[in-house]
Amino acid sequence: MNPFSSGTRLRDMIRAIRACKTAAEERGVVRKECAAIRASISENDPDYRHRNLAKLMFIHMLGYPTHFGQMECLKLIASPGFPEKRIGYLGLMLLLDERQEVLMLVTNSIKQDLNHTNQYIVGLALCALGNICSAEMARDLAPEVERLLQFRDPNIRKKAALCSIRIIKKVPDLAENFVNPVAALLKEKHHGVLITGVQLCADLCKVSTEALEYFRKKCTDGLVKVLKDVANSPYAPEYDISGISDPFLHIRLLKVLRVLGQGDADASDSMNDILAQVATKTESNKNAGNAILYECVETIMNIEDNGGLRVLAINILGRFLSNRDNNIRYVALNMLMRAIAVDSKAVQRHRATILECVKDSDPSIRKRALDLVYLLVNETNVKPLTKELTEHLEVSDPEFKGDLTAKICSIVEKFSPEKIWYIDQMLKVLSEAGNYVKDEVWHALIVVITNASDLHGYAVRSLYRAVQKARDQETLFRVAVWCIGEYGEMLVNNFGRLDMEEPATVTELDAVDVLETSIKIHSCDLTSQAMCLIALLKLSSRFPSCSQRINNIIGQYKGSFVLELQQRAIEFNSIIERHQNMRSSLAERMPVLDEATFSGRRAGSVPAAVSTSQGVSVNLPNGSAKLSTAHVADLLDLSLDDAPAPSSSGGEFLQDLLGVNLMPVSLQPDANQAQKSGSDVLLDLLSIGTPPAQSSPSTPQVLSSNTDNRSPLDILDRLSTPSAPSAQVSSTGGNSSMLDLLNGLPSSPPTSEGNGPAHSSVTAFESSSLRLTFNISKQPGNPQMTLIDGSFTNKSRDVFTNFIFQAAVPKFLQLQLDPASGNTLPANGNGSITQKLRITNSQHGKKALVMRIRISYKVNNKDVLEEGQVSNFPRDL
Amino acid sequence: MIRFILLQNRQGKTRLAKYYIPLEESEKHKVEYEVHRLVVNRDPKFTNFVEFRTHKVIYRRYAGLFFSLCVDITDNELAYLESIHLFVEILDHFFSNVCELDLVFNFHKVYLILDEFILAGELQETSKRAIIERMGELEKQE
Repeated sequence: MNPFSSGTRLRDMIRAIRACKTAAEERGVVRKECAAIRASISENDPDYRHRNLAKLMFIHMLGYPTHFGQMECLKLIASPGFPEKRIGYLGLMLLLDERQEVLMLVTNSIKQDLNHTNQYIVGLALCALGNICSAEMARDLAPEVERLLQFRDPNIRKKAALCSIRIIKKVPDLAENFVNPVAALLKEKHHGVLITGVQLCADLCKVSTEALEYFRKKCTDGLVKVLKDVANSPYAPEYDISGISDPFLHIRLLKVLRVLGQGDADASDSMNDILAQVATKTESNKNAGNAILYECVETIMNIEDNGGLRVLAINILGRFLSNRDNNIRYVALNMLMRAIAVDSKAVQRHRATILECVKDSDPSIRKRALDLVYLLVNETNVKPLTKELTEHLEVSDPEFKGDLTAKICSIVEKFSPEKIWYIDQMLKVLSEAGNYVKDEVWHALIVVITNASDLHGYAVRSLYRAVQKARDQETLFRVAVWCIGEYGEMLVNNFGRLDMEEPATVTELDAVDVLETSIKIHSCDLTSQAMCLIALLKLSSRFPSCSQRINNIIGQYKGSFVLELQQRAIEFNSIIERHQNMRSSLAERMPVLDEATFSGRRAGSVPAAVSTSQGVSVNLPNGSAKLSTAHVADLLDLSLDDAPAPSSSGGEFLQDLLGVNLMPVSLQPDANQAQKSGSDVLLDLLSIGTPPAQSSPSTPQVLSSNTDNRSPLDILDRLSTPSAPSAQVSSTGGNSSMLDLLNGLPSSPPTSEGNGPAHSSVTAFESSSLRLTFNISKQPGNPQMTLIDGSFTNKSRDVFTNFIFQAAVPKFLQLQLDPASGNTLPANGNGSITQKLRITNSQHGKKALVMRIRISYKVNNKDVLEEGQVSNFPRDL
Repeated sequence: MIRFILLQNRQGKTRLAKYYIPLEESEKHKVEYEVHRLVVNRDPKFTNFVEFRTHKVIYRRYAGLFFSLCVDITDNELAYLESIHLFVEILDHFFSNVCELDLVFNFHKVYLILDEFILAGELQETSKRAIIERMGELEKQE
């Protein structure tokens, strides 16, 4: 019974589904059908099995789940008749793929079918195997397939050949078994067998070099002859496509000749004649002919050099390029890209045509052409090519602008002959399509501008003009804001004006105006707003006359809902109002950013060592760097003494403090890095601060001696993620401490007593001959633990020997004594013994520390014992 | 090598989908959706080639049906374009003046024809007549 003609239930189901007007209705029909099929499956009714599976396949095509039918495929494949097997194999290919475990179960059935007496069933099995075979099946069934390569019916031979391709791709080790049978296939006359045999030959050469050597030696001449016969064959209606006999076979043959000729002069030589013939004689007014020419060009480009043929090939591509058919132009561009490695001069000749293709309306062509132009650029043609591309930017489709700007920027960066040209071009791109460029691009522009010291004025004036015309380009605006902040005075005083440049007539007020209007525009995003605030702070120092106005602008952001802006506004406001004396040094220019480091970072693979050395080699911008470092040091000092926060949050807070100044302060680069290296260094700083006398001079040393492998370029990273530091601060309550710090700055001199519970020093015991000092510190995160550094000093004129210190504490305390640094104490205070103590207070916050001590030593061979009680520990330990 | 063949109408309904590489079911649906979006709105004057992920889709439109082949980036686009046409001619011959409905109701036969034309992602037979004859023999087996 044929389920598709007599029963017509499949047809009915398709009709029912097609008649559905809504998706819900369709789901209903499908659900009902699936239920019926499941019921039928559980009844195990063999008569309807293949009809059910056919229906399931249709349902599967509509996108519904049909996994419950998988086992039915296997049952159908195992059944004896052709119609059942056909649907079974079809289902197998549609519903299953090589990764499913169920496939293991089918291997045996396929093996039997490969040996079936009915060649149509053999065909079905081969087809399924070719489409879904896994590596395991390939190993199991390779001998059968290999045998079928010699089957009497050509339909089986060609299927076996394609099946072999899949097998050797899955298991390349099996390749050698197929070499000899394939050599026989290459002599076939049947086109189907020949084309599959040639394809298998090419794939064998790819997976096995022995196979390649073998075919190169034994079969090159034969294949050349086959191609000759095909190319010269008279009209054959069976294979004719627009006047060419079997273009597909042509193409497969050209492809395999390419594989054989590549890297072998003799083989290449033997195919020269036929390639020349195909290249010159093939009809080129139809797609089929062009397909052959295209393949022929590729083969000529890839085999060993023959000057004459290459000229021929490039000429064909030139003809393609001027073809009216877009498809032909597309493949020409595609091929020229590969030809550029072989003969870039010849490709350069077509530059004008290729540039036209960049402006084509078809995105596929544009993309290819742009890639090709990118490869064509060199030092000599960079200027005209960039000009063309930049001009096209104005009219190009929005979706193409991203690609186009990326390529232009890359070209400009790579080949720019001078910095001023680079700046000009980037300005054009940013003005035209600033919203399409990536962050690296405008970061790079800033790096270049800082490095071109003679162009600072030119850059800021050009940017000012550009931003007047194209405020909507966010990245252009950011670069402009940054430059106005850094080089604002050059905008006004025309410093370093170039001859060709029109004198700018910008006043200080104009410069502030730009920032003021922009920061208020709705579209101004957080990063840009933050940059505006920093630029305003800098301008308040550059233009003292505008200071009050700037302060008012900044003041409006003190109530911003964005924490980052609010915090900066409050800080800057405080700096402008109360700290005139340090403002100018805080608002110093940025140090020159290191280009090498930046490009290295962009490449993403800078070894730490390299960037360290580069980081250190950064030039200091001017003499005032030292001054500002000292300021930073002062700030650090203050924080030690004034900050009521525990030292851990003090670390973050310091970090943040430096973060604030990252933009405006011209820090010594190393100081910058110290900040980067995180709280470890800062904690060190804090502990250094304990002996107050040393702290001031030592802090800058620590800052400068600490070379971390980060580079100053991190500053730019900071720019794009302005909210990171503020999050930290808000969680530790550092916000208020920061304000306290700034407010208290001029009035509170460093004091170390009574105000620093975290670190203090007490004289625990003193007699006429001996003094014991305790340096007390707390461990962050463990309030119960107190660390004590005991230090003994001998005030007498005699040396103490056999010096032993003992201590006892009440039960609520636990005491741990580390070994002393020695047992001999030199006379006259010329040295000391130190010993560490650790006390854990289980009643922390309720009871204070207290300790009994006993010290024994020998003086002039006389035992001395001293005892005492220490109860002058600071409270809250 | 052909990675998959899709036959879709303008609304994006898949009429035939043949994958020569293993893909998850969900991934197949995604691919079908994306390919349809890529080809359906292209100007008829544009190239018949679109880049798709790391591969290329060669497509051709016949009335309301899009035939799309996804091939390797280095494959000969023009040749695959020609093979789409050959496939359509075979279908046309077999169904004598093929229309979308033929493909819907006889989808299993379309798969059968395709399996005689392309196997393991490679061209198997280039003669229209050979395939039609072969189909006749197979139908006799039913």
